[in-house]
Amino acid sequence: MKTQKKWDNLATDTAERMASASRFIGNGKRVEPKDIVGLLEAVIRPGDRVNIEGNNQKQADFLAESLLKVDKSKVHDLHMVQSAVPLAAHLDLFEAGIAKKLDFAFGGPQAGRVAKFIKEGKLELGAIHTYLELFGRYFLDLTPKVSLICAFEADREGNLYTGFNTEDTPVIVEATKFRQGIVIAQVNKIVDKLPRIDIPAGWIDAVVESPRPFFVEPLFTRDPALITENQILLAMLSLKGIYAEYNVSSMNHGIGFLTSAIELMLPTYGEELGLKGKCCTHMILNPHPTMIPAIEEGWVDTIHCFGGELGMEKYVAARPDVFFIGPDGTLRSNRAYAQTAGHYAIDMFIGGTLQIDPWGNSSTATANRVAGFGGAPNMGCDAKGRRHSTPAWLKCGEELPCMEDQIGKMPRGKRLVVQGVETFGEGREPTFVAELDAWALAKNAGIALPPVMIYGDDVTHIVTEEGIAYLSRCKDMDTRMAAIQAVAGYTEIGLKAKPETTRRLRDAKIVQTPEDLGVDRDRATRDLLAAKNMRELVNWSGGLYEPPARFRNW
Amino acid sequence: MALNTLEFECKSAAVSVAVAKPVHFGVVGSGDLEVMMSPAETGGAVKVKIVTPVTGFDDLWRRVLGAFVENAKLGNVSIEINDNNATPAVVTLRLRQTLAEAAA
Repeated sequence: MKTQKKWDNLATDTAERMASASRFIGNGKRVEPKDIVGLLEAVIRPGDRVNIEGNNQKQADFLAESLLKVDKSKVHDLHMVQSAVPLAAHLDLFEAGIAKKLDFAFGGPQAGRVAKFIKEGKLELGAIHTYLELFGRYFLDLTPKVSLICAFEADREGNLYTGFNTEDTPVIVEATKFRQGIVIAQVNKIVDKLPRIDIPAGWIDAVVESPRPFFVEPLFTRDPALITENQILLAMLSLKGIYAEYNVSSMNHGIGFLTSAIELMLPTYGEELGLKGKCCTHMILNPHPTMIPAIEEGWVDTIHCFGGELGMEKYVAARPDVFFIGPDGTLRSNRAYAQTAGHYAIDMFIGGTLQIDPWGNSSTATANRVAGFGGAPNMGCDAKGRRHSTPAWLKCGEELPCMEDQIGKMPRGKRLVVQGVETFGEGREPTFVAELDAWALAKNAGIALPPVMIYGDDVTHIVTEEGIAYLSRCKDMDTRMAAIQAVAGYTEIGLKAKPETTRRLRDAKIVQTPEDLGVDRDRATRDLLAAKNMRELVNWSGGLYEPPARFRNW
Repeated sequence: MALNTLEFECKSAAVSVAVAKPVHFGVVGSGDLEVMMSPAETGGAVKVKIVTPVTGFDDLWRRVLGAFVENAKLGNVSIEINDNNATPAVVTLRLRQTLAEAAA
């Protein structure tokens, strides 16, 4: 006789765990804060894959700290699968032996401890991912058994409102719940009626009202007062030599002062170049405060956001033609969808980096910090599965002299991937280096691959104060290396540039100096910024933007 | 903060620009510097004196100043710099701005 195979082990296991936790869970799935450690001990088993929600913005911080208080004899050797580990508690879990293995995307402030713990054997590193890559693995081989998430509000039944900072929540909950896992949510408040339901109660197992609101980092806020004249020069070069040259309509702006400068110069220098209505009409972007003047001047058609940005709630809600707004009138961000658009749909990624090697590979890793990638590599690469065309994407593809070696006469476009850097960074550290620190990190931390943020074959343009290297126009590695040397200034790499070669590259428009592009260095002053400080951003927003206290000096 | 002083001379191959009067530009903010240029009897050379909190960048200073003097065809000038960790890009920018001020 055929033996009956059991097909619902996962659900049975979850039911057993939930039964032992039932004494902590009241009406509407509610758990009292004092019972949260007991609940975690009841539902989490040694060796479980566990997710603590958090990225570079919102954090399930109360649940993270509560997990640290469990009895180690009951809960240990967890495999953490989560976007980011920026909180001290995330790494304290490894110090305490509660967690053992980590698969993640972004290190943030704890990047130094990640490297140290790997070396000391306290942390076993699975892999460093991009956000989309890790989300993908949630649905393949890294599905969490228990997820600890965060939301603004829950109602009396356990429905959740994630609102402005929806971010990673939907993808985590879907992966966990539909593999019969357990989802526990911390919320700022339990209310009678939610503005809207972002996550249905049926997908949630327990809700705790956190003793304090969850932490959100205003990571994408840049004070215009801190933008330098060299950043303005780089912004002028980018706008004239790339935005205007390729008519780039859709893009993601990476984090940093260069992109903030570009945003603040759209209504001034961008307007003068006639780019309004052509460039920056569609953007995948957090609600950067420095975008306010361009939005107010009518540059932007559409912005979809990975996450929220503290202080921008009211402004965004008041611009529903531009942002993705729910029927309740507030933003819904979504990291998975924004990253998908950032990978497939945009024409250009522009951002900075810490180091670039002689071949154009770039990395933000330093010898002793496992910084991670976040989302940059998915946007800072050519999406090989892209099949729709736009003028900027086609033009960049047409420029590639080596395309024919790979696909013959077949036309194909290419994503513009722009790295904007000054030749020397903070502390006069050269940006252009013979060998990326990523190699030393890989050795120090025992990682199989040097963590490269953007590979050289994906970078199409490098912008420095010396000019632009159009790597998309280089026919071979020698030309590419010479073009990089030509914009590398007084770094050791830059000193290798041969004047006669650079001259030839300039004639071929593979390298263009500010003078070649007709960019007047003397105009690179703060007069080009549409807003020169936080106060002026608030004024542009009609008082709707409410900067966090640390950005207010009036 | 211990300060280090670096002094050297550079010379353009084709001196044709001088400054007529002493000029001062910039502020010693973080990552920035102030520059003073004044006419000097140096037989065509440019005398440079740099006061900076960091050591180990002597060659870099020489390269940046050398290239500036060469490109500007500057001579018979004394340049004094008070630096607070400015990058070469900022140094070059401030030198250009100082010279523009001197010509004004």
